[in-house]
Amino acid sequence: MPDATGLELIAQELRDTLPGAVLDTLHFRGEATITVERRQAHDVLAQLKRRGYSFLASLHGVDYYPEEPRLSVHYQLLDMDAVDRICVKVRMGLEEAQIASVFDLWPGANHPEREVYDMFGIVFDDHPDLRRILMPEDYEGYPQRRDFPVGGEPVIFTYNEDKIPGWTE
Amino acid sequence: MTALSDYRRREESVTYSAEPAGMGLEQEMMTVNMGPHHPSTHGVLRLILTLEGEVVRDIKPVIGYVHTGIEKTAEQKAYWKVIPVVERMDYVSYYFNAYAFCGAVEQLLEVEVPKRAQYLRVIHMELNRIVSHLIWLGTSCIDLGAIGMWWYAFREREQVLDLFEMSSGQRMHTRYFQVGGVIEDIPRGWVERVKRFTRTMRHRSEQYQALLDRNEIFLQRMRHTGVVDEQSLLGLGVTGPLLRATGNPWDLRKAAPYCSYEDFRFRIPVGTTGDNYDRYRVRHAEILESCEIIDQAIDGLPEGPFITEDRKVALPPRHELATSMEALIHHFKLVTEGFRVPPGEVYHPIESPRGELGCFVRSDGSSKPARVHMRDPSFVNLQATAAATRDTYIADLVATLAMLDPILGGVDR
Repeated sequence: MPDATGLELIAQELRDTLPGAVLDTLHFRGEATITVERRQAHDVLAQLKRRGYSFLASLHGVDYYPEEPRLSVHYQLLDMDAVDRICVKVRMGLEEAQIASVFDLWPGANHPEREVYDMFGIVFDDHPDLRRILMPEDYEGYPQRRDFPVGGEPVIFTYNEDKIPGWTE
Repeated sequence: MTALSDYRRREESVTYSAEPAGMGLEQEMMTVNMGPHHPSTHGVLRLILTLEGEVVRDIKPVIGYVHTGIEKTAEQKAYWKVIPVVERMDYVSYYFNAYAFCGAVEQLLEVEVPKRAQYLRVIHMELNRIVSHLIWLGTSCIDLGAIGMWWYAFREREQVLDLFEMSSGQRMHTRYFQVGGVIEDIPRGWVERVKRFTRTMRHRSEQYQALLDRNEIFLQRMRHTGVVDEQSLLGLGVTGPLLRATGNPWDLRKAAPYCSYEDFRFRIPVGTTGDNYDRYRVRHAEILESCEIIDQAIDGLPEGPFITEDRKVALPPRHELATSMEALIHHFKLVTEGFRVPPGEVYHPIESPRGELGCFVRSDGSSKPARVHMRDPSFVNLQATAAATRDTYIADLVATLAMLDPILGGVDR
């Protein structure tokens, strides 16, 4: 992990080349996080990749409900030579839940981005195959959102199958 | 000419070109559905194959058949009740799931884990790594038509499960790791049995080697099949034995030691070409290295508490409840509400038998996590299937899939 100073240096580098991209930096429990503006996220990630953080370790979504802007995509980047990690966080509201795909930078972002789309409804522009991945293709709603209820799935038996919409046509 | 070499001659004459011999120009692609209930997909994995003759031209994995919403369930439970739920994600490496989660919560709480607990965790995780590799070896060999190997691998697995049962009362999904340490100290006689097991395991793995390493059929199916180069694997996010088989020695136990791994001497086995044979050799060698780590941890097992003394996090010992009002209150608070965790978020990566297993936990200050996400290596590594099997035979696809070792419980969560 870069220390607090190292994180500020990286943030300053990003501010110099991409004005307005870096919104916030945070050093917490030994982990470095940079919050980035949504439309410039792809450029920031591309620059960090060139800088050495060339391995996308994890990509996941978070719902900060009831905070605003509530949705977020986290990119956990890893520098395998310096053994260094940095987290890039992109916050977005429900009505602008759209971000450029990083599939062109890391082909391995394919499945994780589909999962975030599936669970949070965040649309990844220019993703080659943006479909639901874990939930059924005709599923409605985004189950990992914090306001999505738990236990709302009806269990289908013979006696109630005709009462469940979309099951028997 | 023997039948075998004749087979090889015919095999060499087969061309991988877009126009298979004798099929003419108008060869059509055929789409075949494989799975979800197929014996060689290691769980409920469905593959949609585009075939040209017997050659795979494209492959699309379809997953989600065992998606149970564990990450959503975890948000409804107190931190200590999440442990048994996340253990069921990647159901053959449950100790790793539990540790990834506990480690993340410990990082948020800034709790100090006693040295003895760390060593006990290492012993259990390495035993679990051996189990995981044994299951992989056994089931992979079934896919290759060698059922004998399965009986041998599961015989050894059974011994480890007995050890787990002895230390925690359960064979699988043991809930042995707790936030701050482990639930119980090991019983008397356990150490000797572990030592006896590592001795047997070393001997057995030599026997496995004698059985497989010079087996003509095994070598034909393994060598030069399913090759993916290092750079493509890194781009796809693949870690673990698959990456090490290409010669990249990335292993988090060495690169960024956690849980006292820096105390042990062990080597990282690497391959050269990244074919299925290298993947087999890397995992086979890892079994031996795990035995090495277990022996060192047993020999150096420090005395002391097995769970943190912080009463706000860990349950007080049973005898204190009878004498101390304070202990009773702590016990009541912990089993009803659970402990609260300061707000923040961490990502805690560890080296599972399949690669980087990272647990992301976000806390909002309450006693339940606001988000738990597992970066499961199977889910990410599965993306390498297409790269490893495109333009190979469908028979090689089965072998390669076995060597990629995806666990569908971890893929779907």
